[in-house]
Amino acid sequence: MNNEIAIEASGLKKRFGETQALRGVDLTVPTGTILGVLGPNGAGKTTAVRILATLLRPDAGRAVIAGRDLHTDPVGVRGKIGLTGQYASVDEDLTGSENLRLLARLLEFSRAGAKARAAELLERFELSHAGGRAVKTYSGGMRRRLDLAASLIGRPEVLYLDEPTTGLDPHARNEVWQIVRGLVNDGVTVLLTTQYLEEADQLADRITVIDTGKVVADGRPDELKRRTGGQTLQVRPSTRADLEAVSRILTELTQQVPDRDDDTGLLTVPVSDPVLLSTVVRKLDDAGITADELALRLPSLDDVFLALTGHRTSQENDQNRQEALV
Amino acid sequence: MTTATMTAERTPAKLVSPAKLVKDSFAMAWRGVLKIRKNPEQLSDVTLMPILFLVMFGYIFGGAVQGSTEEYLQVFVPGLVVMITIMASMSAGISLNTDVSKGVFDRFRAMPIARSAPLVGAVVADFVRYVVGIGVLLGFAAILGFRITTDPLSTLAAVAIAIAFGLAFCWIAMFIGILVKSPGALAGIMMAIVMPFTFGSNVFVPTETMPDWLAAWSEISPVSLLADVMRGLLVDGGDITGPLLGSLAWMGALLAVFFPLTIRTYLRRLG
Ligand SMILES: Nc1ncnc2c1ncn2[C@@H]1O[C@H](COP(=O)(O)OP(=O)(O)OP(=O)(O)O)[C@@H](O)[C@H]1O
Ligand SMILES: [Mg+2]
Repeated sequence: MNNEIAIEASGLKKRFGETQALRGVDLTVPTGTILGVLGPNGAGKTTAVRILATLLRPDAGRAVIAGRDLHTDPVGVRGKIGLTGQYASVDEDLTGSENLRLLARLLEFSRAGAKARAAELLERFELSHAGGRAVKTYSGGMRRRLDLAASLIGRPEVLYLDEPTTGLDPHARNEVWQIVRGLVNDGVTVLLTTQYLEEADQLADRITVIDTGKVVADGRPDELKRRTGGQTLQVRPSTRADLEAVSRILTELTQQVPDRDDDTGLLTVPVSDPVLLSTVVRKLDDAGITADELALRLPSLDDVFLALTGHRTSQENDQNRQEALV
Repeated sequence: MTTATMTAERTPAKLVSPAKLVKDSFAMAWRGVLKIRKNPEQLSDVTLMPILFLVMFGYIFGGAVQGSTEEYLQVFVPGLVVMITIMASMSAGISLNTDVSKGVFDRFRAMPIARSAPLVGAVVADFVRYVVGIGVLLGFAAILGFRITTDPLSTLAAVAIAIAFGLAFCWIAMFIGILVKSPGALAGIMMAIVMPFTFGSNVFVPTETMPDWLAAWSEISPVSLLADVMRGLLVDGGDITGPLLGSLAWMGALLAVFFPLTIRTYLRRLG
C-alpha cells in the first residue's frame, strides 16, 4: 500500500486505427494534489482520462489508482474515482435532483439517503433552486456544476476532470476553480485536463504537458516557466518622452537592448538576476523618472508551450474544436 | 518516477454480484420510466399504431379475408397484440443508440455497478410501453366490436406472455442499436427486421393462402406461433401447448443469442 501516490501510470499506449493517440504516457499524482494535464486538441488528454477511468482499455502500459490496479481490479478502481467527462454526461430529460438520486441509488444509498445526498450536493453547488427543473433548461455553467456534483456522490478519492471549464464564461470558470480548490482541501486528488494555460497555472500543483500522445514536459508551474528561459523585466515610463532614457538605463544594466513597444510604451528585456530590479528602481529614481509599470515576469505558459512543442495552441485548433462540437 | 512504487493494495479484485445487477437494473429502469413520464410523446407509437392498424387493416382486409369485419377482428386482434409488441420493442434500440452516442452511459460505465445494468434497466422500463400498447389495442378493438370470450385469467396470461416476448425480442433491436453508428439508418433497419416477422406470419392472412415458401416460414415464425397462443387465450380457449412451447423456445433462443452479443458489443464499442 502506498499512501503518497494516488495515480501512478506508466507507458500508456492507445491506437485508434491509424491514429496513435497515446505513445507511452507516464503520469504521477501524489495524494491530495492537483495534476494539470495540458495539451492542445488531439493531444490525447481525453484518451488518457478515459483509460484511467476504465472506459478504455490501453494497448500497453499499466496504472494503479488509489491502490487498485487498473487491469486486475477495474471494479475496485471504479469504486475510488469520480469522472466529469469532457462532454456533460447528465441526463437532459431528468431534473438535477433526479440525476443525482439515480447515481446515489446506483452507489447503494438507500432511497432516503439518496435524496439527502442529492439535496446536500445541490446546496453545495448552488443548484438548490434548480434541482426540480429538467437539466435541458440549465445554463452551461449550471450543467457543469451538476456534472461535478454527480461525480462526487460516492465521495471519490480521485477525481478526473476533463476540460472542466471549456465553454464557460470567466465567472462560471472561477466558480469551478473555487470548487476544485475546495475539493483538494478535503483531501481529494484531482487530475485535470485543460487547454487553458492559465487554468493549469491557477490550479495545478504540477503540470504535465502532452502533445501528440507524448509527455513533452513535466514539473511545477514555476519550474516549467523557468525551464523555457529566464525572467523578463518590464518597464512602462509614465511619459513617452522618457522611453529613450529608460531604454538606455536598461541596456546599460543588462547589456541587452530592450524590446520596445511604441503602442503601449512598454520596454521588455530578459534578465538573469532578480536583484537587478532594485537597481533599476534606484537608477530610475536618480534620473527622476516615474514608471506606471515596473515588474519582473516569468514567461507565460503560452511561451512555455511554444518552446516545448514548437507550436502554440493555435487558432486553427480552435476551429477544429468548433467543428468537433457540431 | 520509480516503478517500484506501483504496487496495488493486496485486496482481491472486486466483482459485482448478481443481486447488485438486479438492484442496479431496477434503478436504471426507474430512469427509463421517469423519461417516459417526462416525454409522454414517446408513447405515441404504442398509442397511435394500434388504432391505425385496427382501422386500416380491420376494414380493408376484414371484408376480403373473413367475410365480415367483426369475424376478422376476432382472428386479427390477437395477432395484432403480437405485432404491436414487436413494433414497440424496436424503440429500445433507438433510445439506446442515442444514449450511447451522447455519452450518457459513460458515467455509468465508470461506476462500480453491474455493467449490463444500464441496458437491462432500459429494457425493463419498456414494460410500460408494452402495457400501454396492448391496453390501447384491446380497448379500441373492443369499441370496434372485438370480444374477449375467455376469462380474465387467460387474458392476463396472454398479456404477460406477449410482454415476455417483447422483452426477449427487443434484444435484436438493442444489438442493432449498439452496432449501428448512424442513428439515421436505424429506423430503416428496424423496419427491415420487423416486416418479415410480422407480414410473414398468420397475423393478417391465414397461412393457407400463402405461396409455399412463405407458408413454410410462417408456420415456424415466432409471430405466428405467438398469435396462435393469443387466439387460444383470448378468443377460442383451445389447446395452445404446441404454439406456446414453440414461442418459449424462440424467446429462449433470442435471449441466448442477442443478450450476450449486445452486452459484449456494448462493452467493446467504446473500449
Ligand atoms: N474513438 C476514437 N476513434 C478514433 N480516433 C480517436 C478516438 N478517440 C480519439 N481519437 C483520436 O485520438 C487522438 C487523441 O484524441 P483525444 O480525444 O484524446 O484528444 P484530446 O487531447 O482530448 O483533445 P481535445 O482537446 O480536442 O479534447 C485524436 O487524434 C483523436 O482524433
Ligand atoms: Mg478531450
